[in-house]
Amino acid sequence: MTAALRFRNLTLGYDRHPAVHHLDGAVENGALVAVVGPNGAGKSTLFKGIVGVIKPLAGGIERGDPNPQNIAYLPQAADIDRTFPINVYDMVSMGLWRRAGSFGGIDRDARTLIEQAIAAVGLSGFEDRAIATLSGGQMQRMLFARLLLQDARVIVLDEPFNAVDAKTSADLFDLVRRWHGERRTVLTAMHDIDFVRANFPETLLLAREPVAWGHTANVLTPENLLAARRMCEAFDHQAEPCGDEQASTLPPRGEPADAATHQPRR
Amino acid sequence: MSTVYQIFITPFTEFEFMRRALAGALALALGACPIGVFLMLRRMSLVGDAMAHAILPGAAVGFLLSGLNLFAMTAGGLIAGFVVAVLTGLVARTTELKEDAALATFYLLSLAIGVTIISLKGTNIDLLHVLFGNVLALDDQTLLLIAGNATITLILLALIYRPLVIECVDPGFMRAVSRSGGLAHLAFLVLVVLNLVSGFHALGTLLAVGMMMLPAATGRFWARDITLMMLIATASGLLAGYAGLLVSFHFGVASGPAIILIAGVLYLISLLFGQVGGLARQLFPGRHLEA
Repeated sequence: MTAALRFRNLTLGYDRHPAVHHLDGAVENGALVAVVGPNGAGKSTLFKGIVGVIKPLAGGIERGDPNPQNIAYLPQAADIDRTFPINVYDMVSMGLWRRAGSFGGIDRDARTLIEQAIAAVGLSGFEDRAIATLSGGQMQRMLFARLLLQDARVIVLDEPFNAVDAKTSADLFDLVRRWHGERRTVLTAMHDIDFVRANFPETLLLAREPVAWGHTANVLTPENLLAARRMCEAFDHQAEPCGDEQASTLPPRGEPADAATHQPRR
Repeated sequence: MSTVYQIFITPFTEFEFMRRALAGALALALGACPIGVFLMLRRMSLVGDAMAHAILPGAAVGFLLSGLNLFAMTAGGLIAGFVVAVLTGLVARTTELKEDAALATFYLLSLAIGVTIISLKGTNIDLLHVLFGNVLALDDQTLLLIAGNATITLILLALIYRPLVIECVDPGFMRAVSRSGGLAHLAFLVLVVLNLVSGFHALGTLLAVGMMMLPAATGRFWARDITLMMLIATASGLLAGYAGLLVSFHFGVASGPAIILIAGVLYLISLLFGQVGGLARQLFPGRHLEA
């Protein structure tokens, strides 16, 4: 199998402080991966690195499909200006960017797609509503409709089910399942451990350092979760440059990792 | 009937300078009002004002080098404005400074450099007509410049419209799907400068922003949709241009301020009675609905 994404000794961060430290491994085509970890573990940073919003401090990411438009990304808190006078229909239709671009027309065929996407997330009848009037759950449904239209092979969802009710997250997870069925690669940052155990075949447990990566049942063990929780969140402003540029804390995915072996030199 | 005709039409049929002023004011409104709507929606309402300051020294340098020459002053203003606009965009995109702070630093620098150059030359230039403009004394060249700027504005705005809207609503999405968001933003800043240059010939730098922001704010009170908002803004800008010239003609007041005052009256009416968030609606919302 070919990899949709391959991380090679990847370090991502801000202002030289690593938020994701020495990550190695590959996401196979068609995988459905939960990315789990405490707040500040680097989940969002990893996703930003994957879509190219931030550049690696060290190491790299290889994308199976070099066209960045083949990755669709749902940020945790999309910096959407909700007061902007635009309606649900136009917002969803942005998902056709790859097809329509700046100038392409929205023909009858495209309109059908837009309507289908809006119906698939249960927002039929909301087409003309201004986005300012949507609830949090409706907003998330709308963003999923846009993701549907993006028709990307790799889909990256940053905590998509936060602050939405059970019905909404169940509806939206049905779409994730559908993508998985279509052999799209889906990475999802999650906090609900039980939900991950029940629904995700593969999990990456992250706490700045990768703690474990592999079959969900092997990764989400009490020991690994405890190890993840212990890793400190705050930047150490006195930190020395990391001397261990080649090291990886994580053996090839699927095997238990000993996160304690790698400590930045002090 | 004939008096109505005399009040509303005759000033323009009788006097050529009124016809020119009307053409200039209407052309200005066509370009500046849609730009104003985007400035407002991007929370850049005060940017126009700052940019007007940034243009002023450029125009002054043009004046110093070649006297009261339309081309030199316009070119100077355009260059100063573009430099400030582009540098602001770059700094806001690549550093921690936000757009407002980046702009403040550059327009202040631009202003200081302009004033320094003037003081080095040791001349005491009368920039009154740059500050306050004169819509009643537009010559052919200036009129063509304003009309040309309006044409460029509408065409370029149509070209960048889609990425610009997406960049405004959801910049993160725009960054993820395409690089054209940044380009659209820079092109938009260029259009702001173009319209300020038009504005300073007709209304002067100090009031040029009035034709952008007052109609835009008016539109906001009547529309929930950006297309309609721009149409209403432009309509109110056109009306302000026409009515302002009439007021100026009949009551003998300065034309630029009269135009902006009419735009202000339209804005105040909208603020009070506008359908979308107007004060009257908020004070007397009516009974709440079933669902």
